[in-house]
This record gives sequence, structure tokens and C-alpha cells, in this order.
Amino acid sequence: MSSVKLIEVKEAIMSDNDAAANDLRKRLSSEKTFLVNLMASPGAGKTSLLLRTLAALKLDFNMAVIEADIDSVVDAEKIAATGVPSVQLRTGGFCHLDAAMVVKGLEAVDTASADLVFIENVGNLVCPAEFDTGAAMDIMILSVPEGDDKPLKYPLMFSKCRALIVNKIDLLPYSDFDMSLFKQRVYQINAGIRIFEVSCTSGEGIPDWTGWLKQSVNHFLEKNLIQSMTPGTHN
Amino acid sequence: MHELSVTEKILDIVLKHARMNQVRKVMSITLIIGEMSDLENEWIQHYFDYLSKDTVAACAVLKIEKVPIVLKCNPCGQTMEIRREEIGGTCCSGCGKAGDFSIISGREYYIKEMEAE
Repeated sequence: MSSVKLIEVKEAIMSDNDAAANDLRKRLSSEKTFLVNLMASPGAGKTSLLLRTLAALKLDFNMAVIEADIDSVVDAEKIAATGVPSVQLRTGGFCHLDAAMVVKGLEAVDTASADLVFIENVGNLVCPAEFDTGAAMDIMILSVPEGDDKPLKYPLMFSKCRALIVNKIDLLPYSDFDMSLFKQRVYQINAGIRIFEVSCTSGEGIPDWTGWLKQSVNHFLEKNLIQSMTPGTHN
Repeated sequence: MHELSVTEKILDIVLKHARMNQVRKVMSITLIIGEMSDLENEWIQHYFDYLSKDTVAACAVLKIEKVPIVLKCNPCGQTMEIRREEIGGTCCSGCGKAGDFSIISGREYYIKEMEAE
């Protein structure tokens, strides 16, 4: 008679991806490239926010964009028109990006000279939340027409982002979106998150967001510059 | 939809441990999944059956143990367990404040153990 044994595994399901993501973060940190993972539903305004952000920061940083959206030739063209290099990443119908795909996309980016690279992740609030891309910062957009109940439906996404951009605030007068209730719902699962209320159409609120991002990138660059000048502090 | 890639990762880890322990057959696998995750039991099993059919893990039963969402109130330190539907709607049961919590549990995503022979 064969004996059944219990084998202790205790291994994170995402351990391979987590390891690849951590390797990428280390590499980009030594190359002084700040990688931002932008997530949102389709139509929330990812490309519009990127266009506003690139325009605001083009004198401050060398930037690049990795586009993961499958039908985004239009998006890529809009980005290219700003003069910022953009890379189209074929996801093969995947609902998310993982660290290996981002590494692939970065092959077409000159990370040694880029300070700030954006990933425009696949448009959905569920799957991208589960996969670490290796970015230094995860951010998301929620647009007013999507409704103030979304933190209740997609808690993981809201819990893991450092910044949340509430887009299309110009539509608030035509909507029953309750901003204070929405913020309360978000803070309950992520007390440290920064929330920016913007309209990519009118430009309202954009300087607050880009100012904060600029500060975060500068902080990252200074920190890594000091580390690279101090012997024995890198890993 | 990401269940397929998640299931591939689960199978990889299970087969690695099966090799390490030189087992003939894996009968069950226990996953620990936080309530905040969107993993669907039914789909995971379907995908697993499909992916594992020519391996030692064929026909293994996936058991999912859900871990409740526990929040800690940052101002007063009170911890409280909430249901997923209650996210965003509750105040601290200790001090009554809303909107300043840390997540203590509910985001777990790992393989705990497997039964094999």
C-alpha cells in the first residue's frame, strides 16, 4: 500500500514573476530609470493623461512610453506626435502585463538615457493588479463616469497603487459621483495613496499631478545618484 | 481571465516540489488566497485539469483556503475583520474613525501544501 504524505510547499504563486520584477527594479534603479505602471479601465483616459504628462515634463526628463494596448496604433501615433519614443508591446490577447513582457518592451527603449518610462498597461482593473511589472511606482486612473463604487468592486487594484488620478472631473455636474464617499472608500483600503482630481480635457488639476510626479522622480534620481557615488551601498 | 497564467504558475511550482520529493502522484494542493483576490475556484480547477493531464499532478484536487480581510485602524490600533462587500463602508469599531486603515491580511496568494504518494 502506498503512503500518502503531506508536502509543505509554502511558495508564492507569483514567485517567478516577483523575482523577475525585483531584478528589473534593481536594474532600472542602477540605470536611474524611473518606471511608472499606469493602470485603468478602457476609456478612463490613460493616453490622454500620458499626453498631458509628457507635455508638462518634456523639459525636465528624457521619457519613453511602452504601450500594451492591442488596438493602440492610434494611441502610439498620438504619443509619437509629442516626440517621445513609444514602443508597441504585443500582448497576444493577454489581459495583463507581467515582468517578463515589460523586460521585452524595454529592449526597444534606451534605458541608459531615459529618466522616466511609462507603461500603459492593458485596460482592466482586475488582472494587472495581480502582476508586479517591476515598476518603481504603480498608479491608476478612475474616471468619473465609471462611478464612485469601484473601490468596492476592485479593492486589490486600489490597495496597491501609490497614486490615483480621478479623471473627467469636468463631468461631475452631470453625474451622481460622490467624491467624498469615493475617497473614504479608497482611503479605507489604502491610507497612504495620493489622490489627484483632474480633467485631461480642460487641463484642470494636471499641474498638481505632474508636480508631484516630478518630485517623486527627482527624489528617485537623487537617491540613486548618491547610492552610485557611495561605495558598498548597491546590491 | 488571468486564471490561466496563474494556473500555469501553480502547476510549475507543484511539479517542482513533486520532483524534489520524488512522488508518483499528487492528490491535492492547498492554496491560500486572500479575500481581496479575484481568483475563481471553479475556473482554476478547470484550467488545472486541462494543463496537468499528462503530469503526476493529473486529477489533483485544488483546495482553496480563503483568508479574511483584516484591517487595522491606524489612529487607535484596533483590528477588525470585514467582508469583501463591506470594504469602504465601515468605520473603526474602536474609535469610530473612517478611512485610515492598514491591511493586515486579505492579499495572500501562495501554495501552502500538497498531498502526494
